[in-house]
Amino acid sequence: MFAKGTKRKLSDGGEEAAAAAAEEAAAGARTTASYNLQRQCLLDMSLIKLQLCHMLVEPNLCRSVLIANTVRQIQEEMTRDGSWQAMTEAFSAGQSPPERLVASEVLCRPSPPPREHGDAGPEPFPASGYGGCRPQGAALTAGGEDALCPVAVETGTTDPCWEKGEGPEAIPGDDGVDEAVFGRGAGEGREDEESTGGAKAMEQVYGTFEIKSPAPSPDPALEELFSDVDASYYDLDTMLTGMQGASKMGPYDLLENLSSHGPSSMATNASCRPDLNELDHIMEIIVGS
Amino acid sequence: MGEDADTRKINHSFLRDYVTEADVISTAEFNHTGDLLATGDKGGRVVIFQREPASKAESCCHGEYNVYSTFQSHEPDFDYLKSLEIEEKINKIRWIPQLNAAHCLLSTNDKTIKLWKVSERDRRPEGYNLKDEEGRVKDPSTVTALQVPVLKHTDLMVEVSSRRVFANGHTFHVNSISVNSDCETYLSADDLRINLWHLDITDRCFNIVDMKPLNMEELTEVITAAEFHPQHCHLFGYSSSKGSIRLCDMRAAALCDRHAKLFEEPEDPGSRSFFSEIISSISDVKFSHSGRYLLTRDYLTVKVWDLNMERGPIETYQVHDYLRSKLCSLYENDCIFDKFECAWNSTDRESGQDVTLEAVQDSSKPCAVLKTRRIGSDGRRGGRRRRDDVSVDSLDFSKRILHVAWHPAHNIIAIAATNNLYIFQDRAAPNM
Repeated sequence: MFAKGTKRKLSDGGEEAAAAAAEEAAAGARTTASYNLQRQCLLDMSLIKLQLCHMLVEPNLCRSVLIANTVRQIQEEMTRDGSWQAMTEAFSAGQSPPERLVASEVLCRPSPPPREHGDAGPEPFPASGYGGCRPQGAALTAGGEDALCPVAVETGTTDPCWEKGEGPEAIPGDDGVDEAVFGRGAGEGREDEESTGGAKAMEQVYGTFEIKSPAPSPDPALEELFSDVDASYYDLDTMLTGMQGASKMGPYDLLENLSSHGPSSMATNASCRPDLNELDHIMEIIVGS
Repeated sequence: MGEDADTRKINHSFLRDYVTEADVISTAEFNHTGDLLATGDKGGRVVIFQREPASKAESCCHGEYNVYSTFQSHEPDFDYLKSLEIEEKINKIRWIPQLNAAHCLLSTNDKTIKLWKVSERDRRPEGYNLKDEEGRVKDPSTVTALQVPVLKHTDLMVEVSSRRVFANGHTFHVNSISVNSDCETYLSADDLRINLWHLDITDRCFNIVDMKPLNMEELTEVITAAEFHPQHCHLFGYSSSKGSIRLCDMRAAALCDRHAKLFEEPEDPGSRSFFSEIISSISDVKFSHSGRYLLTRDYLTVKVWDLNMERGPIETYQVHDYLRSKLCSLYENDCIFDKFECAWNSTDRESGQDVTLEAVQDSSKPCAVLKTRRIGSDGRRGGRRRRDDVSVDSLDFSKRILHVAWHPAHNIIAIAATNNLYIFQDRAAPNM
């Protein structure tokens, strides 16, 4: 369990001792990084859960509210940390589609260290996020169930880009998360679609996380890989309404979209190639088939 | 309950492949005498079991429960306005205190509550003067003698009829129903609202609690369970996803948005984590038979509250604390959102609660399932193995017991595990 209090103490200790002992600082930073990584993974997992709900039957409102509260809690904490702000700045500096799902960026390292092919790898965020959480996960280490993403932690290196890459897209920081995120649905009439509104509100609440059409991908191989993905599916609302009908956009498509954004934003990241088999497997776990 | 000495292993593995989703039991409830046990499943069916009178030879044990009646309570429906299906899964069954020979129960799915009357017919009149055997009217001139019609025994027939349908009262999913001690009204609770109904009136209900915010995006708390006080017809309690219980007095106002009492345990800052709120969400709340205490179940604990003390529970039991280290995995596979039930035993005594805890622990031990006999063949099984036999890592999260019902008078509990119903009986102390 990554108890919040414990981690904070360690990171504070790291900061204080930075001048005195570089090792101590490094250890503190690593712990903070792993905590942040865990938090990030949890955030992404929660967002996926909110988005990928069964649309044939009304989703469980209690579950949605609990997940939404968890996301809110993480976002508040990240705002207090300042990592939210830092990440927002990093994003507004470069990318044209400002809105992405977070960890697709986070988990794709800009300057990848030499990595094993067999590494379960953090490239598409669910792979890492869920890989660590599989009960039978081979990736579970002695660090055990505590680590959300034991694979990433295992590699042991602290990449400063992890921190920068965190947090979702361009949200006006001064308003705080809530207003910007919730502002999207403010104008819509709610009364006549109450419980679907409730469920859809959860989706629309995080509508800013929706996947927009990507900028021209710098990686031609990836482009070719995802050339058959219909750009219209990138719109979350379309996806939701599409799901209600006979044709559903499968969860595989969602992840393909996600992973297509990840590497495209980090131009130098040649090795961040999503493993589709991995994605399939992860999606099976998520969807519970 | 004591442990049973002999162990019998029944290999159910070949049956697992045959379990259909519709057979999964979703609720179980004893009636007020304990002679009838009703179960509802995901396919919208209700199966009622009746306890056979115990034979003299087995005076120490109670009778078995056998199938009494089966009927289809709810059908799948479709909400055309929202283009969403309405599941026929029975969420709750509550018996209505018996007024005459018939038994009545309320069963509900996500949207509609129905009142069913279960009656027996085991005799019919024979020997009419003006009607013949087939019921055709006889020509009066053919009647030569008069006879008095007599009631003759026939095979027992159990008839179930739908008496009331309480529809269109809820926008959100109904999670609880509770019959008032006045036996005239009942409440139904969904995620955000609680309605008060009269058992005889189906076209109208009163909203007594409304937690829906004006802007749904501000929603942070939902209602998870609600129940009327067993003695005071003006009091009811409801639990929330934030781990609090509110006691409301209907005499204070028509809309009971302001609670009379708020039961909340202050959070322990040391154990705070991202999952703290989720595991503090209360999944079931039950008043004790005496009406003095409340039993609540959240993900990892069972708590007993004294209605006179709001600041914290008087007892807390860790049900499966070994899961605390697994919360992330449980969050991933959604098991952390499971709603467990809790139950009091007849005397509200402490030992009764321990047994309830053990029964829930059974879910983590596949072998314990094999120790019991399925209902119908022998309802007299008791005892369970100590849980230290199984290591935490080998737990199968798909095996969990969510539904439990306790006999109102004896130490008999009914446990629903997927599509199986197990009845445990305490041989050591059957009549506590």
